[in-house]
Amino acid sequence: MFKFKEWFHHHHHDNVREGELTPYHYTNPYLIGLLLGIVLLLTFVIMGRGLGASGALSTVVAMIVNTVSPETAHHNSFYMGYLGDGEHNPLKNWLIFQMIGVVIGGFISGAIAGRTKFIVSKGPRITNKKRFLFAFIGGTLMGFGAKMARGCTSGQGLTGGSLLSLGGWTFMFATFAGAYAFAYFVRRQWT
Amino acid sequence: MNLPLYKFGFFNDEVSLIVAFVIGIAFGFVLERGGFGSGRMLAAQFYFTDMRVFKVMFTAITTAIIGLFYLSWIGVLDLDLVYISDTYVLPQAVGGFILGIGFVIGGYCPGTSGVAIATGKVDAIFYGLGGFFGIFLFGEVFPYIENFFNSTYMGRITLPEYFNLSYGVVVLFVILLAIAGFTAADWGEKVMAKKKSAQIEEG
Repeated sequence: MFKFKEWFHHHHHDNVREGELTPYHYTNPYLIGLLLGIVLLLTFVIMGRGLGASGALSTVVAMIVNTVSPETAHHNSFYMGYLGDGEHNPLKNWLIFQMIGVVIGGFISGAIAGRTKFIVSKGPRITNKKRFLFAFIGGTLMGFGAKMARGCTSGQGLTGGSLLSLGGWTFMFATFAGAYAFAYFVRRQWT
Repeated sequence: MNLPLYKFGFFNDEVSLIVAFVIGIAFGFVLERGGFGSGRMLAAQFYFTDMRVFKVMFTAITTAIIGLFYLSWIGVLDLDLVYISDTYVLPQAVGGFILGIGFVIGGYCPGTSGVAIATGKVDAIFYGLGGFFGIFLFGEVFPYIENFFNSTYMGRITLPEYFNLSYGVVVLFVILLAIAGFTAADWGEKVMAKKKSAQIEEG
């Protein structure tokens, strides 16, 4: 007999999450993928656009640069692209509101599952300090790469991929290539 | 029915921000529930120890692709009105590759780091700071790489257009690719699990 509850609360052997293991397991990956796909589809049919993330961070960076040195910002078309015409507040932006929602939604899910604890996500063979350094370096590469690619895993991967965009699929293959090519060198961080 | 709603003027810009907020909550909730709030879980897919992130991602993309195809086929959705960002092949390949390296080193991507910070992952805060710094770095070198950034421009182009195939055929290809991917992922997990238990037995 098909047992929905067991299937839904996907229990599988846990060699990844010790320390992060929680009272409620994660939902079955195919079911949660279906739900994520429906959220994405709803975004397309309601808004006529997809989801994103790095664009919101870029707006914040552009605003900081503009505050510290308006001269720099105004001579750089990259920053100006996020600052707009000066008549509207750049923070009154679709992606900014979406990202605020993401943080709240993530917190709600974590709170329900009992996963809101201050921890460092890492393997057992690396110190916290080193993990923080790697996280910073990885974040830097990610920020740079996302801007070069005109979007991140959300904007080019999920969204561009779903719309069958040539650039989106190019991006996805390149991302997985980069990650798998480099995984060996940072294996001590995760495994 | 006329979809996308926003493009047919069903609501204004102010309301669209509320929509963004609500959709964001759903997006964040599903990501966390999928395991995307943990850097270790996200990185596990690159070692074949746990492929759930890969499975979630490709199930989501396949679901959305089928949904878009169906809604446009029955005539309720005008796909031409859905915004698709322009393709710049080389910058997107190079940017994606750099981002992939950042993914496996840092453990997150921009969206998932938001969910990770919300659930108390301290490393994700450092990741987020790095993300801001990387964007700033890009902004500062932008004048020097602007030519490359705008190179290999192909406009709004989709796989069916590029390969000169019908939309339905490409959708079918993607479904088959996803099934192959899931099978490979399951196989990879089994191989790694065997390897691990063998190591434990050897002690």
